[in-house]
Amino acid sequence: MKCIVCMTHVPDTASVIKIGADGKHIDESGIKWIVSPYDEYALEEALLLTESKGGEVTVVTYGPQRAEAGLRECLARGAHNAVHIVGGESTLGDSLAIAKVLAAALKDREHDVVLCGIKGVGTDNAQVGPMLAELLGLPHVSGVTKIEWSDASIVAHREVEGGYEVVESPLPAVITAQKGLNEPRYAALKGIMAAKRKPVEKLEVGALGLDESALAGVEATYSVRSLELPPAKEAGKIIQGEDDPKAAAAELVKLLADEAKVF
Amino acid sequence: MTELSQLDLYHMDELLNEDERMVRDTVRRWVEDRILPHIEEWAWECTFPLELVPEMGKLGILGANYSDFGLPGLNAVAYGLINQELERGDSGLRSFASVQSALVMYPILQWGSQEQKERWIPLLGSGHAIGCFGLTEPDFGSNPGGMRTRAVRDGGHWILNGEKAWITNGSIADVAVVWARTGEGVRGFLVEREAPGFSTVDHHGKYSLRASVTSQLVFQDCQIPANAVLPGTTGLKNPLFCLTQARYGIAWGALGSAMATFAAALDYAKSRIQFGGKPIASHQLVQEKLVWMYNEIVKGQLLALQLGRLKDAGKASHQAVSLAKRNNVWVARECAKLAREIHGANGIVNEYPVMRHLMNLETVYTYEGTHDIHTLILGQYLTGIPAYEPPA
Ligand SMILES: Cc1cc2nc3c(=O)[nH]c(=O)nc-3n(C[C@H](O)[C@H](O)[C@H](O)COP(=O)(O)OP(=O)(O)OC[C@H]3O[C@@H](n4cnc5c(N)ncnc54)[C@H](O)[C@@H]3O)c2cc1C
Repeated sequence: MKCIVCMTHVPDTASVIKIGADGKHIDESGIKWIVSPYDEYALEEALLLTESKGGEVTVVTYGPQRAEAGLRECLARGAHNAVHIVGGESTLGDSLAIAKVLAAALKDREHDVVLCGIKGVGTDNAQVGPMLAELLGLPHVSGVTKIEWSDASIVAHREVEGGYEVVESPLPAVITAQKGLNEPRYAALKGIMAAKRKPVEKLEVGALGLDESALAGVEATYSVRSLELPPAKEAGKIIQGEDDPKAAAAELVKLLADEAKVF
Repeated sequence: MTELSQLDLYHMDELLNEDERMVRDTVRRWVEDRILPHIEEWAWECTFPLELVPEMGKLGILGANYSDFGLPGLNAVAYGLINQELERGDSGLRSFASVQSALVMYPILQWGSQEQKERWIPLLGSGHAIGCFGLTEPDFGSNPGGMRTRAVRDGGHWILNGEKAWITNGSIADVAVVWARTGEGVRGFLVEREAPGFSTVDHHGKYSLRASVTSQLVFQDCQIPANAVLPGTTGLKNPLFCLTQARYGIAWGALGSAMATFAAALDYAKSRIQFGGKPIASHQLVQEKLVWMYNEIVKGQLLALQLGRLKDAGKASHQAVSLAKRNNVWVARECAKLAREIHGANGIVNEYPVMRHLMNLETVYTYEGTHDIHTLILGQYLTGIPAYEPPA
């Protein structure tokens, strides 16, 4: 099986996020970047599949120079090849622009399956996978938590409210991975050393027949007006109840109803 | 939780290459997932998580800096960073890995026969066998040269008699590297768990390194085959070479502990409110403690890093290793104390990691050459005068 995994490099979920000076981007200083956790499920599934059925895993990212570290991490875990389409600062968050770039890079590459994370942590749009499928003319199954693989088709379980749906799809297809699909492995330290010797193919957006400034300009489908942090948590209110528990209880009920509006 | 990487004033990350960072981050993640959620319980119950040993093997933590038999072949800095991350979790877990790599696999690779290497290195590297290192005796700690354990040749065998004390992994080891006096000087022996006349007794009642096994090894006419001797060992310098390897890792490991107690103290100081509705971090006295810790950690990192670069270049002397072990373990011990103070009463309970680190560091301060013994090693380096024996 030839598997392609689309990977995005995102701020560590444990990072303390600050807003940048332009009020539209995050301040990247001091941020640690990681492989988006949902992409880890996609990669793990591809590795398990090729370990049992043979084949190759190619990881593709569209991102700035630093995203190469994410590719190396995937190579260290066992991916065979990596493709780095360098760019993406100006199209950040524009799912359609990202899907167009990925589709252009993937269309002439042989693949039996394309795996993505259901969403990129941080932007959380959950659109790139389905858009990529449309642009490639492939079926897609999103939010998958279990896959049974056959040679030319799959049966996938996808999460729906309160249960799951079982879907059959022919291959090739685009699948987006949801938490629960598998337990991603750690890179073995030996794999980290081996990753140094594996190839990372570098591509410019222009070489794919696309114009990044147009994607970010006239063709943009998404623009950020402003970014704001959630409001700081206000200090809690303590009702003193030692002297008059009855009055304190009444006060609590009143506050819950009027201020917290829980009923 | 505070990430020291977000307080990287000296851009320390840029001094590491990509594989070094990736090794560090991988081990950090493993420690966060597999050790931190359970470590307080293990330490409280005094249990060592045996089930993690094959996981460490699979990850490549055991013997990570060797490349024989398919081991990862990491450089000294990456090996140091592994120790840092393990000890950010717990000194006991780091001790396990230090012993296995630097005190068991190292002497087998350096001075073992091909047969010994083939039998043990794959098992030890994959975590399918555990090793221990027996040098210290009940009456000989800082002065191992006085050891009483003896090995004598008896036809096709060696007969071992004596006792080793304070041996990490002792009763869980499949193989013990035991140092004994012989007619030909001090030599190392591989004693297997089942050897007749070999038994172990655990040290109980430890307040320190509770998530690590520490045992006495007892040899009573213990018979081991002639080929159990490590052929390349000829004197006390052999175990001392092993200690230099382990001490190098400890210099890094101690920083991990210091980072853990510092991060805990900083978070606590910013959230604990006293006097006038202000966090205790707003008091100058508390800030001074935090600054001291941070300052010493930054210095300690530079020390460890330069030592690692020297080691990779084949230029790290044992005295340079002593200096880093001595400094960084002292820093970690002081950080644990300051973090304990900042935590107030909460500092004594196992809801916070500081008391565990504080107690662990009492061992780290003492083993692998006590702080004072390293002072004497450096004193001799500076003056040319050894001061170990009291003047006549
Ligand atoms: C949990 C734990 C695990 C251990 N694991 C191992 C292991 O795996 N293998 C192993 O072989 N050993 C191990 N040890 C033993 C450790 O290496 C020794 O405890 C250490 O070398 C100190 O020896 P000692 O305890 O006999 O102290 P002593 O040598 O009796 O020292 C006591 C005090 O006297 C001071 N002192 C001694 N001599 C001098 C001198 N000449 N000048 C000035 N001061 C001096 C010391 O600095 C110290 O403060 C372990 C110890 C502990 C606590």
